Amino acid sequence: MSAPVVFDPTGFAFPANQRRALQWAMVIAIVAMFAGVAHGLAQALSYAGIDILQYFPGLRSYYQGLTVHGVAQALILTFAFSNGFLPMVTARALGRPLNTPLLHATFWAMAVGCGLAGYALMTNQASVLYTSYSPLQAHWTYYLGLALVVVSTWLASANMFLTLRAWRREHPGTRIPLLAYIAILSYAMWDLASIGIAVLFLGFLLPWSIGWLPKVDPLFNRVLFWFTGHAIVYAWLLPAYVSWYALIPKQVGGKIISDRLTRAVFVLFLLLSIPTGFHHQYADPGIAERYKAFQAVLTFGVFFPSIATAFSVMASLEIGGRARGGTGLLGWIRKLPWGDPSVVAQLLAMLTFVLGGFTGLINASFTMNQVVHNTAWMPGHFHMTVGSAVLLSIIGVSYWAVPYLTGRRLWAPKLAVAQSWIYTVGLMIFARGLISGGLQGMPRRTFIAQATYTGEGWGLAGALTGIGGSIMTAGMLLFFLIMIMTRLVGKRDGAPKDIPVSETLTPPSPSGWDARLDRIGFWVVMAIVLILLAYGPFFLTYHLNLVSPGFRLY
Amino acid sequence: MRVHVYEKAFLSVGGALLVVFLGVLSYTSLAMGIHLPGHAGQIDPATARSQPPFDQPGVRQTGPNTYEAVVLASAWQFVPSELRVPRGATVTFVATSTDVLHGFEVAGTRVNVMLIPGQITRLTYTFREPGEHLIVCHEYCGAGHHIMSGKVIVE
Repeated sequence: MSAPVVFDPTGFAFPANQRRALQWAMVIAIVAMFAGVAHGLAQALSYAGIDILQYFPGLRSYYQGLTVHGVAQALILTFAFSNGFLPMVTARALGRPLNTPLLHATFWAMAVGCGLAGYALMTNQASVLYTSYSPLQAHWTYYLGLALVVVSTWLASANMFLTLRAWRREHPGTRIPLLAYIAILSYAMWDLASIGIAVLFLGFLLPWSIGWLPKVDPLFNRVLFWFTGHAIVYAWLLPAYVSWYALIPKQVGGKIISDRLTRAVFVLFLLLSIPTGFHHQYADPGIAERYKAFQAVLTFGVFFPSIATAFSVMASLEIGGRARGGTGLLGWIRKLPWGDPSVVAQLLAMLTFVLGGFTGLINASFTMNQVVHNTAWMPGHFHMTVGSAVLLSIIGVSYWAVPYLTGRRLWAPKLAVAQSWIYTVGLMIFARGLISGGLQGMPRRTFIAQATYTGEGWGLAGALTGIGGSIMTAGMLLFFLIMIMTRLVGKRDGAPKDIPVSETLTPPSPSGWDARLDRIGFWVVMAIVLILLAYGPFFLTYHLNLVSPGFRLY
Repeated sequence: MRVHVYEKAFLSVGGALLVVFLGVLSYTSLAMGIHLPGHAGQIDPATARSQPPFDQPGVRQTGPNTYEAVVLASAWQFVPSELRVPRGATVTFVATSTDVLHGFEVAGTRVNVMLIPGQITRLTYTFREPGEHLIVCHEYCGAGHHIMSGKVIVE
């Protein structure tokens, strides 16, 4: 029997109220981005020995600003964006609207969560950094607010699952359209991963901050945090991968090279993202070395789908470049649409992510991690992953999605092209500074401008960090300007009418083994089995040690 | 199709590289004896100061060329803040925190561990060259985090 395979709902348009709700998700993301960037400059300059905090009248300490930076960029920006972007592309791929009440509930859970956490942050009652390590204790509104942010992501995934279920009823035996499949799998992975942080916040930190639970176990809390904490970086990254795999090929005139490989890559991320958290705790006491070693191997495993991604995405870019007249071994690169701001931002995201991937592999390298753990190397690394691959992809998507959602043409597209370049050049200088400083022992998360100690080579490292960070800030300010002007004065004609959904070179087959990739429930169960193998022995043998009351040392 | 040949080659090389890296890491761990901290016991941070070995922080000799360095961390200092060991000494650091998380990094070495209230951290390292190393607290521990440091002097 041959089931229909490709389902292309051409002509699908969102109802106006859903379009508005998706717009508001983007507004939260961009406001969070702005809140985070402001203090990013103060941090970069602090590494260069320059203290500009006195010009931030609302802030009481460096670490208050650092907490805002981490929470706004890593938790709010990323998830507010995903809450809009993933359901949006799912609906487009399935050709049916989302569930409106759930869409509104997602927005309000996120908004109220931001309000609660924002109150605690602004009043200096939550300067615990975004990792929220106990026994530093924050005001209860901080924990409740962030728990609501997590709840909003669950509501967004429920919305996608409901839309998929309704679609499946109408299309029995049909393969799930690729774009919907990878968007749904991205959040399915996160739903599973977020269990750790949900138990941590609702089971321990919230009752502890209210006074119902007198003491907590700081190591156990770290284990719960990092259960979520490594997978969270994939929850940030996978929406960017969704764009690179399924939208960018269309934007450059190419095609997705393999339906099967793309689905397999996302299944591997679902399976391997979570049972790897111990590699953030190589330096921790109280966790047996063999548990760390097992998760080190799985961490190397999760590098594999990224290698596959590098191949697939490059190949679809090459198809695009050649279709546009590029010839020779590398001539197709020059023919890519380097004048399209959305494409340029994401090409630069991919390039910087190569360096982010390499440094990440070094972090995961068991014994070698001891050289770089908790040094300035780490922010050097993750600004080349979440601070570029993810951020620049969000920026790139915004360059078509904001015009698409608002019906207004992008303002000053040439400036938008320059914006990504400026940010990337700044990032490279900034990361070079932090990476070298870290190798010379410079600590991360430290107010270097007022530190009572210094080390060899920190001067140059800090100066580069400060210079690069200032250029990055200039690039980001341009982005905000472009977004605001697009909304205010963007022309009402010429905005994209549709989401750029790519065709596939080798379409999905209706039968055979790769049809099994569509059994999302089965793969979720497999992921749970791997998690039990990787974390089970620790949880079963660990002796809970509730010894720490709360400290407010900020 | 040609694409599939390249794809297979790319994935095989990538996969093989990962296996080689894991092999090298296993070698550093199993053959060179570079270890990560593991289980070294639990402790009540409130009374850690009066429990051995933390009731007597400092360096003491435990064998011909082996030493134990007992360190207590609290906001925002290490006790003792200066550790003196002879050149060539194999030093086992035994440390914990009495309040919040702290970091313990001896700059220029691979001594780089977390100090977590309730847990004892233990790590062994041999100082082969004479010189002075900065000890940095590299985990955020509150408003005075950036003033928390110490020294290892290898004589």
